[in-house]
Amino acid sequence: MKPYDLPDARGHFGPYGGIFVAETLIAALDELKAQYARYQHDPEFIAEFERELKHFVGRPSPIYHARRWSEQLGGAQIYFKREDLNHTGAHKVNNCIGQALLARRLGKPRVIAETGAGQHGVATATVAARYGLECVVYMGSEDVKRQAQNVYRMKLLGATVVPVESGSKTLKDALNEALRDWVTNVEDTFYIIGTVAGPHPYPMLVRDFQSVIGKECLWQMPEVAGRQPDAVIACVGGGSNAMGIFHPYIPHEQVRLIGVEAAGDGLDSGRHAASLSRGVPGVLHGNRTYLLQDSDGQIIETHSVSAGLDYPGVGPEHAWLKDIGRAEYVGITDEEALRAFHDCCRIEGIIPALESSHAIAYATKLAPTLGRDQILLVNLSGRGDKDMHTVAERSGMEWQ
Amino acid sequence: MANRIDTRFERLRAEGRKALIPFVTAGDPSIESTLPVMHALARAGADVIELGVPFSDPMADGPVIQRSSERALARGMTLGKTLATVAEFRGTDSDTPVVLMGYANPIEARGREGFVAQAAEAGVDGVLVVDYPPEEAEDFAALLAARGLHPIFLLAPTSSAERIAAVGRLARGYVYYVSLRGVTGAGHLDVGEVAKNVAEIRRRVNVSVGVGFGIRDGATARRVAEVADAVVIGSALVQALADQPDRAPEVSGHWLAEIRAALDAPRYD
Repeated sequence: MKPYDLPDARGHFGPYGGIFVAETLIAALDELKAQYARYQHDPEFIAEFERELKHFVGRPSPIYHARRWSEQLGGAQIYFKREDLNHTGAHKVNNCIGQALLARRLGKPRVIAETGAGQHGVATATVAARYGLECVVYMGSEDVKRQAQNVYRMKLLGATVVPVESGSKTLKDALNEALRDWVTNVEDTFYIIGTVAGPHPYPMLVRDFQSVIGKECLWQMPEVAGRQPDAVIACVGGGSNAMGIFHPYIPHEQVRLIGVEAAGDGLDSGRHAASLSRGVPGVLHGNRTYLLQDSDGQIIETHSVSAGLDYPGVGPEHAWLKDIGRAEYVGITDEEALRAFHDCCRIEGIIPALESSHAIAYATKLAPTLGRDQILLVNLSGRGDKDMHTVAERSGMEWQ
Repeated sequence: MANRIDTRFERLRAEGRKALIPFVTAGDPSIESTLPVMHALARAGADVIELGVPFSDPMADGPVIQRSSERALARGMTLGKTLATVAEFRGTDSDTPVVLMGYANPIEARGREGFVAQAAEAGVDGVLVVDYPPEEAEDFAALLAARGLHPIFLLAPTSSAERIAAVGRLARGYVYYVSLRGVTGAGHLDVGEVAKNVAEIRRRVNVSVGVGFGIRDGATARRVAEVADAVVIGSALVQALADQPDRAPEVSGHWLAEIRAALDAPRYD
């Protein structure tokens, strides 16, 4: 394999990525690109980022051997990278800290964000409070209803939550609205995008900040398991937790990289969010990537039990990794994810996020087909406290 | 054959007049209204008609055009039907230039080459893809040029001299200067700042300069026309049609005629 050094200067991963935005946003993206180029290798910036990750987030996050569950499955050994133990309860905060530090260096007193399930909104509101920045979070009005607890958390942290009424009133529409805000207030506002999508340099920048996950695994796995894993498994909505753990493993060719998309009611049901498995390439939200769209190029509504995976696109680097065959992408249905959620609670004493439950579900499907000496590393990207209501409702369990 | 946009701008220049460019969304307020609205606009003095191709995620548009786009899609408007409408318009109007304005994905879904061929056949004269900045549009601009169609580009108050020059290298017909920071239909407009920026654009771009965003009435249109070659009006017209959907052709005709009269009125200063 040739050395992997993407994206190119204009943000392309093969045919994917790029800068597909209106002229009104170009100056802001150019500024961000220039400033990131200046700070990404700046020892002082890196030291501050690492200090914040250690003392505010609680990194490094541990790697945990799910021994009992692996025993029961009778095959490969499953390990969890515990991003659920981060402050705010998910991997999202890693990226928010990186971008907030950039915002401060750019002298922008106001940050905005889009959010679906509310995890990225909470993480953004958290770092905004930590650094004294004004914070506005755009959230589809449907999601505001579904995720009342996270809306309240953001308000407690001092953020303004703006419900978005356009389109399907979900994550993609929140992203549209955040872009509109940014175009209008670009002078004093920094847009903290939550995933490895959007116009260049965002997919690269978010990946770089999230890569701390995989970099830790590279030194932790030999300590915890005696060697690197045979496969790394992560859920993919926009794809930031997956890219964060995959990227440092790309040169380790013997390690399989497996992204798990939300198959909703099934990959062939028409009700899912599996852009890589069932989408076709197109242009949305500033980049070229696989999209769920109709034959006229209109973006279609997606479905997943997990709000964080409910997005019709995917980061452009995943599109490229799929095309070159360096990563595989599979689907897990709502039902399979819920089963893994419950098993994880009862067998391992860990309540995982529904997003992460997709990755766990695939690992538990794969493990019995492999030998006991095989090692699977799953990115447990977030904790499931936020999903209590959804799970109770779907399982027909009484809330009290 | 000369592009209709060039022919029109040459004629206007010779007459000492400014171009008036209305924008309407194809399929709004109804699919059937689009053709009669186009004819009414042409009769009322439109020099170019910008026809919006509705898209599910119109990121650069404000609420008026977003809702218009949503209504059109809900009624079943498509890029194919938009092209068919232009072809029908050409059946009786072979002079008024038509520019399609929209987002990249419907074009990519159709296939860029196929789209350009069909647009040329339908009688489209220019294409403005909001999310194709020049660095992502070189191939597309070449495809258009091969069929005699003009790629139309946006310029913003934040565009650097270097970017203005990059747009200038690819642009044909006219460039569309977005006079406000923000989305379509936003805020108020500072004509002094527009004048300064248009002068800057003229130094680096040798096609006509149209100005849009924030122009709502004849008086503003006239002030903008003093510094630009063309005035583009979108949200205010789309809103007027949304307010009286049953009378769309009459409303658009009357509405544009007033702006035209303000633009052409003799100067007394």
